[in-house]
Amino acid sequence: MADTAHGIGGLSFDSKKRDLPPELGVGIALVLIIVVFEALGWLFMNDSFLFNTRENIDGIFNVARIKIIILQVAIIGIIAIGVTQVIITGGIDLSSGSVVAATAMIAMSFAQAGQIYGNPNDRAVFFELGWVDLPIIVPLIVGLGCGLVAGAINGLLIAYTKIPPFIATLGMMVTARGVAKWWTKGQPVSFPTDSYAAIGSGMTPVFIFAAVAILFGLALKYTVYGKHTYAIGSSEAAARMSGIKVDRHKVLVYTIAGLLAGLAAIVLSSKNLTAQAGMGMMYELDAIAMAVIGGVSLTGGRGSILGTVLGALIFGVIISGFTFLKLDAYYQEMVKGAIIVGAVVLDQWRQRRAAMKS
Amino acid sequence: MSDIVLKTEGLTKHYGGVHALEGANFEIRRGECVAIMGDNGAGKSTFVRQITAVEQRTSGRIWFNGGHVEFADPLEAREAGIETVFQTLALADHLNVPDNLFLGRELVKFRLGPFSILDYKAMRKATIEGLEKTGVKIPNISNTIQNMSGGQRQCVAIARTATFKSKLIIMDEPTAALGVQETAQVENIVRTLKGQGEPVILISHNMRQVMDLCDRIVVFRRGRIVANLRKDETDGQDVVAYITGAKTQAEYEDVAAA
Repeated sequence: MADTAHGIGGLSFDSKKRDLPPELGVGIALVLIIVVFEALGWLFMNDSFLFNTRENIDGIFNVARIKIIILQVAIIGIIAIGVTQVIITGGIDLSSGSVVAATAMIAMSFAQAGQIYGNPNDRAVFFELGWVDLPIIVPLIVGLGCGLVAGAINGLLIAYTKIPPFIATLGMMVTARGVAKWWTKGQPVSFPTDSYAAIGSGMTPVFIFAAVAILFGLALKYTVYGKHTYAIGSSEAAARMSGIKVDRHKVLVYTIAGLLAGLAAIVLSSKNLTAQAGMGMMYELDAIAMAVIGGVSLTGGRGSILGTVLGALIFGVIISGFTFLKLDAYYQEMVKGAIIVGAVVLDQWRQRRAAMKS
Repeated sequence: MSDIVLKTEGLTKHYGGVHALEGANFEIRRGECVAIMGDNGAGKSTFVRQITAVEQRTSGRIWFNGGHVEFADPLEAREAGIETVFQTLALADHLNVPDNLFLGRELVKFRLGPFSILDYKAMRKATIEGLEKTGVKIPNISNTIQNMSGGQRQCVAIARTATFKSKLIIMDEPTAALGVQETAQVENIVRTLKGQGEPVILISHNMRQVMDLCDRIVVFRRGRIVANLRKDETDGQDVVAYITGAKTQAEYEDVAAA
């Protein structure tokens, strides 16, 4: 059936004309950044950034580098998937880095091996209670549960006390960091069981990131959950008047964000084979940056998981590119900061243009 | 069988010490278009918000379709058949036309709680039918609302009321922000709906529009109803006299003086 008609007042419209998806711009930016590093590589390092130049290795691409690029953003990427959904509702989550720390400490305590190289692991948190060598399901449930509870508290505070998301999640950020330190009085928690260690080994974090991205990408696009998430961010008043249970939905979105922070904590502590109270520092800002670079609007209502994944890849390429060019980490931070500001400026410009068109 | 679609008795809303609505008795019959007029702050929008359960009333009773109703939220009111075009449009700017039409009552293929799978195809089809029914012409329903003119937005908001099996349509100043041509378009839609026998409550400041479209005019002043006039027994000047408080109908003198 035709879904077009002539415009009001005889104005004609091109029914085929549609705005290009913002993800396309992010994708182009990603390609351009890779091209710049490739050019700089040949100029200054006499080497390729992306392509294989080693004669003893087969293949066109530098697979090792590509793997590292994806691997180093996979864990924060998992958090960014949750944060994206929060930002689309018009909110923000500053607590995810601290929730990662608290969750990693607690989950790891339930994942410790009973013996290290044949000796009893008597420094295990629950060694006295005999809670060592527990089945993998235990730390998984504990970890996901911790993240879920932290997220649910954020959501309940925001939805029902009406305090701004910035304040609610800032409170959780400080509290969760406190919990992480209090749990073992500052001591790291190490020596997980083999099955727990397997979660973060090799490329598994990338597969987990991909699975989470696909799952929530589909949920945002094809389910009522996604539609309401966008609607609340677009106009909370309209969503409310349309009968959407806005408060309940916000609790759900923040709970999912917490759950994904919990999942990231499990993967991170497993990958590092240890959990420390200081881990996950600034992860929340990196996750927000990935979303914003990926075209998620801080004013809500716009953005996608695909955009965030591309934003995460831009992050990974920049970090990897700087390492490749043997530039100091300070420059990485400076450039990352500039890119975040640039992405927000671009978003503002896009919104002004949309407002002028209407 | 009574043909009264909606009846309110003693509808009252207080915001702390502010009496925004006081003892409103109102009724509308099938096929009738009733205008609600009054100055800013007279209680018109407050009245609508109580009927549609956007707010919960302080006191009073509402009958809808012959039965006493207690709507917990706007969705319940909509499901019962009260469709509203709010002054603030109630559209989500970043969503397209079908998404907005079905906001809060999406059609789904599989029920999985909040993760129910949307039936985009059915919603598009129903949107096109709804737009045709109201005579609304939108060039591309896949466009997001933010890319549309004020008139198009208002048409989408009105089409939303007609897409569903509504039993009462309430429009809160639907043409307040529109140009002449767009206003004419919206008025045509109201005529179409009226012709289809839909009862319509129209809140408007536009005397010409009210005289043109409505059968009856209810005037609010300072949170109270002060007049209930048949269009053919009144004129613009008379209505203005009631709006400004220069006149009050005999049967409302008690409440107006209170």
